Amino acid sequence: MIGLEHYLTVAAALFVIGIFGLFLNRKNVIILLMSIELMLLAVNINLVAFSSFLGDLVGQVFTLFVLTVAAAEAAIGLAILVCFFRNRGTIDVEDVNVMKG
Amino acid sequence: METIILFAPLVGAILCGFGWKLIGETAAQWVSTSLLFLAAFFSWIIFLTFDASAHVNGTYTVNILRWIESGTLSTDWAIRMDRLTATMLIVITTVSALVHLYSFGYMAHDDNFKEGESYRPRFFAYLSFFTFSMLMLVTADNLVQMFFGWEGVGVASYLLIGFYYRKPTANAAAIKAFVVNRVGDFGFALGIFALYMMTDSIRFTDIFAAIPDLAEQTITFLWTDWNAANLIAFLLFIGAMGKSAQLFLHTWLPDAMEGPTPVSALIHAATIVTAGVFLVCRMSPLMEYAPQATNFIVFLGASTAFFAATVGLVQNDIKRVIAYSTCSQLGYMFVAAGLGAYSVAMFHLLTHAFFKAMLFLGAGSVIHAMHHEQDMRNYGGLRHKIPKTFAMMMIGTLAITGVGIPLLYVGFPIGFAGFVSKDAIIETAYAGTAGGYAFWMLVVAALMTSFYSWRLMFMTFYGTARGDAHTHEHAHESPNSMMIPLYVLAVGAVFSGMVWYGSFFGHTDKVAKFFGVPYAEATAHGDDAAHGEEAAHSEEVVTGDDHAEDTAHDAGAKEEEHHYNFAGTPGEGAIHVAPENHVLNEAHEVPTWVKLAPFFAMLAGLGLAYQMYIRRPDWPHKLATQQAPLYQFLLNKWYFDEIYNFAIIKPTLALGRLLWKRGDTDTIDGGINGLALGIIPFFTRLAGRAQSGYIFSYAFAMVLGIAVMLTWMTLFGGAK
Repeated sequence: MIGLEHYLTVAAALFVIGIFGLFLNRKNVIILLMSIELMLLAVNINLVAFSSFLGDLVGQVFTLFVLTVAAAEAAIGLAILVCFFRNRGTIDVEDVNVMKG
Repeated sequence: METIILFAPLVGAILCGFGWKLIGETAAQWVSTSLLFLAAFFSWIIFLTFDASAHVNGTYTVNILRWIESGTLSTDWAIRMDRLTATMLIVITTVSALVHLYSFGYMAHDDNFKEGESYRPRFFAYLSFFTFSMLMLVTADNLVQMFFGWEGVGVASYLLIGFYYRKPTANAAAIKAFVVNRVGDFGFALGIFALYMMTDSIRFTDIFAAIPDLAEQTITFLWTDWNAANLIAFLLFIGAMGKSAQLFLHTWLPDAMEGPTPVSALIHAATIVTAGVFLVCRMSPLMEYAPQATNFIVFLGASTAFFAATVGLVQNDIKRVIAYSTCSQLGYMFVAAGLGAYSVAMFHLLTHAFFKAMLFLGAGSVIHAMHHEQDMRNYGGLRHKIPKTFAMMMIGTLAITGVGIPLLYVGFPIGFAGFVSKDAIIETAYAGTAGGYAFWMLVVAALMTSFYSWRLMFMTFYGTARGDAHTHEHAHESPNSMMIPLYVLAVGAVFSGMVWYGSFFGHTDKVAKFFGVPYAEATAHGDDAAHGEEAAHSEEVVTGDDHAEDTAHDAGAKEEEHHYNFAGTPGEGAIHVAPENHVLNEAHEVPTWVKLAPFFAMLAGLGLAYQMYIRRPDWPHKLATQQAPLYQFLLNKWYFDEIYNFAIIKPTLALGRLLWKRGDTDTIDGGINGLALGIIPFFTRLAGRAQSGYIFSYAFAMVLGIAVMLTWMTLFGGAK
């Protein structure tokens, strides 16, 4: 029987993969975006799992909102990326350090 | 009218100081001078028409505005008009008006200022401002208002001493005067605080009413408990010491002679230095309940009179001789005030203002004639060159040395102003101290006063010209604007003593009437305190309009002199003399030799001066070489400046330098600079290094942070 723990374990695993994707990745900004997406989805799995476990629909409604926001965020992220590429000719993360103090 | 007197000088100062560019220099001078003459005119009207018996307690107030309203401290800005104020008014406005006039001539040309530089309106504005402050001081209705005037005259004095601001000595003297006065003012301020603490009011009326209680209370101050009345009286007297240049706080006065001579005449002879005497007289109800404090006043006054006179013997600067003479005469006044003969102190204050202002203005005239030469060793034989000045100086000298006909009494003694008032003080001193320290000091001081005054006259006007022949050749009489004030003051120097003898030093009933103090008939000789008070509270108290008895007394025999004593409670009348204080009566009863003592002291001084400076002019030099240590001791003013320099100024400077170099430069500046230039940039670099600019390192830091916080929350926080 697949219980709540399994869902939560998967979500946690996905989340940690997302995090490591964020800061171990040295090459591609698109991978960053994908990692963020992965983390959001992990959170969504959590929400849905709890929603079903508690029999409360609010969690699933909330998931839909999160998905919407994630889609918008991905769109904006990609748009920024395009602009960035036009300006710098590269999307290497190693080169993105203009915020250096 | 009181308001006009008070504010005319202020208006003059403002118009002259700020408006001279609009109305022109000469017009500005005339504006301030004429306003001063107006004030003087009104002052005389008030003084002559003032009838103490017409007012409750011999006092009336003119309200000007609500001033302070803070908690229980509530006070008006008001003019308190009584006999003391009226007397001070004529002294201040008369001398000030004459000095304004005198300054037209004296300040016409001045080498201390460049050609075309405008300094005269500034001078007149300062003079007027000073007069305003001084009037503020004497008309004050409460202690804080008085303190305002007290500080105002300090500022004006500073500005005027340092008027020749290109002279370093003048600047130093101005600062010295200001700083030394601060010492006294500190005591004065403490006294005001203490009075407010004890009586919950700063108004004279309330304070005076509370004073009998004050004498029975104690204040904790510094390390122990003190009798409240004594302590407060002492603190107030510290203030008076500063302003009136009494021993230990006198050092600023001789140096203040750096200022222009009219300033010396107005401020450092006639007015500002009498503020202390005025303060003691004004606070007479308090003084009467503070026996130890008044003993101290007498002691210090007598010592000052003696000390200043000894120094005056050997000074060579004409102005300094007169400055020390002022210091010495102030000592006389304090002796009288300390003994409870406030009217006598005021009497000498009045006469002294006339003849001392006159001596100073006369000295100014001599200096003017001799092209700003002040050293008497360079004078000599001037009496034919400047005969009018000589005559005026002669009158001043006769007045200060106390020339008169002793023992002749025609309702008043015959003699110059100084003769009458100084003898009054010496007789008071004999009566008050039973022929003690103060009396002998004053008699010796009288001898020395006579000596140095005649020495001044002989060195300046007699003998042969010792100075620059060219200067002597061109010595010229001063213009009329400078001579007229001298003539006017001469009238005062000759007659003021005789005219007001009865009012200030007559029989007790006359004095009491003059000052609006209740007095009571004493039934027997030397009646004691208990009886005096009894009489005061009974119906026998006469409030002061009994002319029949007055005239009876004029013709009366000596035995009748004891028939009246002061009565009344503190605050009734301009001055308060305790009913058991009979010094004024006893002063009239002193032995004949006491009455003659100051006269013979004067003769001895004159004879000695004549012998040493006319007949044998080589004596002074011989004596100086023979008694070199003594001569040096006196010439260096008892080494007071040197002692202060060593004991106070040097350590203070060293401390200041320590705080400046080590404290300010090293610690504070060093600390801030070290922080700003060393430590902060270090952390900035550290923080800057953390800003790699790579998103993944920020993300890593975030995750780490979340992990740390989660751990912390799990271990220590959250729901229990």
